[in-house]
Amino acid sequence: MLSTLYAVLFYVATIILVVGTGMKVARYARTPAPLKIPVSPAPRTKRGVWFRMFREVAFFQSLFKSNRWIWIFAVLFHFGMLLVLLRHLRYFTQPVWWWVDLIQPIGVYASFAMLAGLGGLLLRRIVVPRIRYISNPSDYLMLALFLGIVLSGMSMKFLMPVDILGVKQFFLGLMRFQINELPTQPGVLIHLALVATLMIIFPISKLLHAPGVFFAPSRTQVDNARKFRHLSAWAKQLPPLPEGIPEPEEGK
Amino acid sequence: MAPLDKKEEYGAFDNVDEVFKIPTLECGAMADTHTFEAAPEHNEALHFPGELLDNWQEVAIAKMGELAKTNRAFQVYLDACVKCGACTDKCHYFIGTGDPKNMPVARQDLLRSVYRRYYTFAGKYFPWLVGARDLTKEVLDEWYTYYHQCSQCRRCSVACPYGIDTAEISMAAREIMDSVGVGQKYCNEIIAKLKKTGNNLGLNPKALRATLEDLEEDLEDETGIEVKLPLDVKGADILLITPSADFFAEPHIDGLLGYAKVFHAAGVSWTMSSYASEAANFGMFIGSYENMREVSWRIRQAAKDLGVKRIIFGECGHAWRVGYSFLNTLAGPFDFLDQNYPIPQHIMEFTSDAIDDGILKIDKSKNDEFIMTYHDSCNVARGSAMGRKEGGQFDLPRKVLKAVCNHFYDMDQDTIRENTFCCGGGGGLLTDDLMDLRIKGAKPRMTALQQVTTDHGVNKMAAICAICKTQFSKVMPKYGYEMDDIMSVHQLVANAVILDGQDAEEEQEAPEAAAEEEK
Ligand code: HEM
Ligand code: SF4
Ligand code: SF4
Repeated sequence: MLSTLYAVLFYVATIILVVGTGMKVARYARTPAPLKIPVSPAPRTKRGVWFRMFREVAFFQSLFKSNRWIWIFAVLFHFGMLLVLLRHLRYFTQPVWWWVDLIQPIGVYASFAMLAGLGGLLLRRIVVPRIRYISNPSDYLMLALFLGIVLSGMSMKFLMPVDILGVKQFFLGLMRFQINELPTQPGVLIHLALVATLMIIFPISKLLHAPGVFFAPSRTQVDNARKFRHLSAWAKQLPPLPEGIPEPEEGK
Repeated sequence: MAPLDKKEEYGAFDNVDEVFKIPTLECGAMADTHTFEAAPEHNEALHFPGELLDNWQEVAIAKMGELAKTNRAFQVYLDACVKCGACTDKCHYFIGTGDPKNMPVARQDLLRSVYRRYYTFAGKYFPWLVGARDLTKEVLDEWYTYYHQCSQCRRCSVACPYGIDTAEISMAAREIMDSVGVGQKYCNEIIAKLKKTGNNLGLNPKALRATLEDLEEDLEDETGIEVKLPLDVKGADILLITPSADFFAEPHIDGLLGYAKVFHAAGVSWTMSSYASEAANFGMFIGSYENMREVSWRIRQAAKDLGVKRIIFGECGHAWRVGYSFLNTLAGPFDFLDQNYPIPQHIMEFTSDAIDDGILKIDKSKNDEFIMTYHDSCNVARGSAMGRKEGGQFDLPRKVLKAVCNHFYDMDQDTIRENTFCCGGGGGLLTDDLMDLRIKGAKPRMTALQQVTTDHGVNKMAAICAICKTQFSKVMPKYGYEMDDIMSVHQLVANAVILDGQDAEEEQEAPEAAAEEEK
């Protein structure tokens, strides 16, 4: 019963995550940028833009320059999360890929980095008046959700070990469209419910910053407006303006 | 030398570090600063409704949806912000006023909250959760107030991990307001005037010609030789597009005389156009593609009509952004011009090349009384580029300045180049009814300036933007400087350049002395 419920939940969540985010990405890609608005100094070649975006995504370059505290917490959180996610691949692969085994030892402790990052971000949000001012309930809840996921995850690892092989069987089963028995320890149920929630809200929340960063014209455009004419599809449809200089009325 | 001890009503911070200490929040501090609204005839001249429409809510919401479909920046920026807060302390208006709604992300949120309400799942069904709100008259008023306290300088965009550009949001907000009949007097009146006369001042061709002739006389008096300021000369090689402030305001005029001397020394044929006698394009400030296109179109027509081969822009910040980044889009393709030169070019690129080629004879000592610094204008710094290398918009003006002055010191690193602070008067805010905001917004820049005055005795600041120059000549006196402590870069070039036939100072004075004797 519970296994079926969770199975349905994860199918639905996956569909929403993939289709919802896909639709958003498609919309971003479809929407034209009418003007060249790279924030300069900007690269003058496509390759330069790739490099700029790599620095933004891999090192959070702009954040590093603009706010060192947020940067530290953001890096702890995001790169901790990246390692944790990669480590989680072991629950979806049989046999486990060799490089996932390789990061297993650090992956376990990455959750502490995530926790520290999240704690710092939440503290900032509460303590710094400027950031408290711009925060909505959803911003606190988002951090709470992540904290919930991390803490419930860590509890299974460090406090109340669960039947992790059973969990793996459950997910391997889902990937083959069959429902295996899901262990029912509370840690598992809470962790999985929160993760499904995260997947569901991804395409309708600020988590869209992850795909969004690749579509921000201010960073992704090449600075070459003088060389190449940039014209959006809708601008091509505009009625042409009159040619020539009208005769001056009076005063010449 | 600026009297640093002079305590003025506003006053800069004690030193530049104070700029980067975050002010305490003063909610509502600037809520009553409401720039004048445009008259119906000016809105209509821009193809907007004259007055607030009866069904304005409906129209505004529809316009918002249209923008989300036609402008990727609008769509992505409204979705992507994570409220990290990195931009919050980057705005000069926030630093100067402490009003939290002048924090970039809070400024975006004024519009984002409404967009969410009508166009996102979360905002439709859980408005309280994501801070979504209905579009009411109060909200519209608030938009009007705070989207006219943004100079669209993009300093916040540099700070944001996703490059979210509040300038884009504030342009969009102004366009939405215009589309329901709420325009700003300053911008809309000026665009209406330009459409009539070809420039922001409403100067007709006859008056323009007379002004230029007067200036030619001044030049001849000064140099003893004939330096032309040609207007509407068909067949000239270069069309100079310069802000109309260059015709009448100080220190702008001195910059114009500088371009004329450089062109003269380089021996090129050039002209200005009475039809396109304005570089400024306020269509950008109100976010209106159509109006921006109409204004730009005049430049194309003038270039065609006069049969020129090249277009060069004079010293104007946002004009250069439109020129560099948008002109090709709005009024291109410029296949009828000489493709060996960038289209358009900036006067700084021309002068820099002239210096490299050894064309200019320069006597740096002419500027020895000035201990200079340079203010990077926001639109040049973050919205455009110059020269052949990335960052040329920072390096070329400095290179030219150093070529004509012996004393140059940069201000604090966090206040120049891509981190430059706006002068406080950009983005269509250069109007007397926003004077309080303008003075407060200049505070970070003024503090950085005072720091180099203290450290190095800097007594003059140069800029290449008509708005910056006008703004500084107004607000610098509030911070203990004189109004002529702001200079055009080409004013310094003009001081130092020696034209053929002008030669040495003695010879120049000789004819005057002779004339004196005759009397
Ligand atoms: C391309 C990938 C991504 C990039 C470049 C990126 C970058 C950033 C940056 C720079 C911040 C602001 C600093 C901060 O507050 O931590 C941020 C915030 C955040 N990111 Fe990401 N991110 C990415 C992917 C993700 C993903 C996949 C998730 C979650 C599934 C995520 C979750 C979050 C959350 C929850 C915050 C808000 C933290 C807060 O409330 O302060 N990010 N991200
Ligand atoms: S664009 Fe400039 S004026 Fe506008 S919010 Fe950003 S920093 Fe402030
Ligand atoms: S820096 Fe960017 S993401 Fe962060 S609060 Fe400002 S606009 Fe939002």
